[in-house]
Amino acid sequence: MEIIKTDVAIVGAGGAGLRAAIALAEADPKIRIALISKVYPMRSHTCAAEGGAAGVIKPDDSLDLHFNDTVGGGDWLCDQDAVEYFINEAPKELIQLEHWGCPWSREPDGSVAVRPFGGMKIKRTWFAADKSGFHILHTLFQTSLKYPTIQRFDEYYATDLLVDDGRCQGFTALEIRSGQMKQFQAKAVIIAGGGGGRMFPFTTNGAIKTGDGMALAYRAGAPLKDMEFVQYHPTGLPNTGILLTEGCRGEGGILVNKHGRRYLQDYGMGPETPVGQPVLKTMELGPRDRLSQAFWHEQKKGNTVSTQWGDCVLLDMRHLGEKKINERLPFVRDLSISYLGMDPVKEPIPIRPVVHYMMGGIHTDIQAATPLPGLFAAGECACVSINGANRLGSNSLTELLVFGRRAALSAIAHVQSGLATSNDAALAAKAQDSENRIRALFAKSQGTESIAGLRKEMMHTMEEGAGIYRTGEELAKTCDKIAELRQRYAGIALHDKTSVYNTDLLQALELGSMLDCAEAVAVGARDRTESRGAHQRLDFTARDDQNFLKHTLAYYHPTEPPRLDYLDVVITKSQPGVRDYSGAKQ
Amino acid sequence: MSERQIQLEVLRYNPETDSAPRFQTYAVPCLNEWVVLDALNYVKENLDPTLSYRWSCHMAVCGSCGMMINGEPKLGCKAFIHEYGDSIRVEPLAHFPIERDLVTVVEDFIAKLASVKPYLIPKEDKPVSAGEFKQTPAELMKFKQYTLCINCMLCYAACPQYGLVPEFVGPAALALAHRYNQDSRDGGRDQRQEVVASDEGVWECSFVGACSEVCPKHVDPAGALQQIKVASTIDWYKEHLMPWVKK
Repeated sequence: MEIIKTDVAIVGAGGAGLRAAIALAEADPKIRIALISKVYPMRSHTCAAEGGAAGVIKPDDSLDLHFNDTVGGGDWLCDQDAVEYFINEAPKELIQLEHWGCPWSREPDGSVAVRPFGGMKIKRTWFAADKSGFHILHTLFQTSLKYPTIQRFDEYYATDLLVDDGRCQGFTALEIRSGQMKQFQAKAVIIAGGGGGRMFPFTTNGAIKTGDGMALAYRAGAPLKDMEFVQYHPTGLPNTGILLTEGCRGEGGILVNKHGRRYLQDYGMGPETPVGQPVLKTMELGPRDRLSQAFWHEQKKGNTVSTQWGDCVLLDMRHLGEKKINERLPFVRDLSISYLGMDPVKEPIPIRPVVHYMMGGIHTDIQAATPLPGLFAAGECACVSINGANRLGSNSLTELLVFGRRAALSAIAHVQSGLATSNDAALAAKAQDSENRIRALFAKSQGTESIAGLRKEMMHTMEEGAGIYRTGEELAKTCDKIAELRQRYAGIALHDKTSVYNTDLLQALELGSMLDCAEAVAVGARDRTESRGAHQRLDFTARDDQNFLKHTLAYYHPTEPPRLDYLDVVITKSQPGVRDYSGAKQ
Repeated sequence: MSERQIQLEVLRYNPETDSAPRFQTYAVPCLNEWVVLDALNYVKENLDPTLSYRWSCHMAVCGSCGMMINGEPKLGCKAFIHEYGDSIRVEPLAHFPIERDLVTVVEDFIAKLASVKPYLIPKEDKPVSAGEFKQTPAELMKFKQYTLCINCMLCYAACPQYGLVPEFVGPAALALAHRYNQDSRDGGRDQRQEVVASDEGVWECSFVGACSEVCPKHVDPAGALQQIKVASTIDWYKEHLMPWVKK
């Protein structure tokens, strides 16, 4: 097996991975950097983020306000030391991106423009029309081309971390083009592999978001944290799950039920605000968890609009006018017309909540370090706990930057910490084991299970048990089902036994990642017998700070469900309080 | 939702087992609102797990699923079944070597993108602590359109010149160079001109305009190339006829 030796290897070349790579290259041109991704960097799902990135920049804003919005938005499951670091670094990172050429939308005086976003008390979301993630990703990718020390390995799929002497020293990866396994030997590894929303049937997530980075760390012994917190974005196109940004509401779009009533006022987010004059942190600018939950209740009450794609509510943007929609929300208009055949300038758009983001992920401290020495993580795949039980829109694009860079700095410190010489023979043996695991898939003559079939069953049970509202009974069924599917997964066989660009093999590996992550979601949700943020239990409706002001840690077991442990939330200055998104309070 | 059966004729090629590309036809029951990518996914999930193609976002922004559909370069996720008849032919993007099935080898494009220095080369150094560069909406509008390229490479598949002269830097990469040249914060045009104004750069373009016609994001690379030609011509005149005038 070919061995590629490097100092820091990064798995994933989306926003967090690219930001990490650039930070490494800038810190020291002698550091060898290997940037591995299963897709070309600009295909990464960061490109699909629309609304923007939060960071305090305007004189009427303050770091304290961003802190309070984030911690309250996260229903006090955020680690407050991490949030503090995050909000402090956020403006610097967004300015840095501006210096690299990001085409942020501007005010008439040439300063960057900010827009309102859900759960934020002040306008602080930097945006590039409604393609913010796309521009961030391309700016980072293009900027990364400046640095000759960033060596890219595009279309390589990492299969197993190599852990020896108690620390992570690289991984094996499949070169997709040739089907050959390579051993990446690195002094530090950063995982920036994104989330795993594809474990659900209805999601804004692209096909590539299969939790591979999370599963890599998990299988190597690093715990997954708070996986039960899955964000439903309230406004997805009902037929495809395509996201219509929160910016739609930030710009003044309203949500109405089949009676034309702005129903959010009936769920603690009223009183009604004037149409077209959005008021921050209330009504349509409430947080995503509350809005998605309100939809669920409307559906139960029969107030939703029935469409050929299922029950919907309506996102009405007509009053914004064509000019504003074209200027601020051109992509939303294009997507609605193309994929739904409806023009938001002329008609309300039916939408429904859609799986969007995982608050949970690989457990890291505020230095982006996992408990496994030598292993760091950043971005959606990580859980540094700035998002708590519910992420506020526009915090995650900033998170990629802040913690992508942070992971790079920590990796450098680790590389320079006087590491013991690696045991090359031991690493090579482990790499061989990893290759054998893949070979075994080819060797099996016939499987009894189909990859697509298992995937469908997984998606179905996740939606049934781990959706917007959950019960112990349904979750227990989902846990059993996922355990069963993990067993049956051992019975899959490949139809495609060739080497070059074998997507049958990739889908098999991705399914394995999703099943591992899905089990952590379901088991974590079953055992969290309270309701907090995006995790709502019909059988335990109250938040329980006595027992659950804690992070869930899930530890992998190859054949059994994960072992759960709990870790206290870090509280520095904000004691758990009431999440009040009523306009009355303001 | 109306359903309709189509014949999806897909180019297949596996370098390990096939001596030459061939077509394979699948009967696919399609919903009318589907895109061609949905039909391919149907095949992959239900009929033939060995079919390989790239895709991810399904919303025309990641740029993965460029392919020839009935001979035209299209994004698979934005080619609607209802715009086609009952038989649809899908092939890998033209002008790129086939890696396998609908997957092409794209290194040439990636290298060309990198060759034009597609990053901000600031006029003035400014530390992050000094805040953002000012840029008015009008200044932004000068290059905004050229930032919208999703690197889907449809323009390369449409460009007859790239088909004839593979050394041609090509529409997307040149438009990206133009994007940075036009950015009020940038001072790197001279450095980019080496590649942009070379024989393989804009002068290779024969202004057929096919690139702009197929661009799913309306970037108008042809327009960018024309602007570069004009600016480069002015450079030439200044240099050769009026050497006393500073560029």
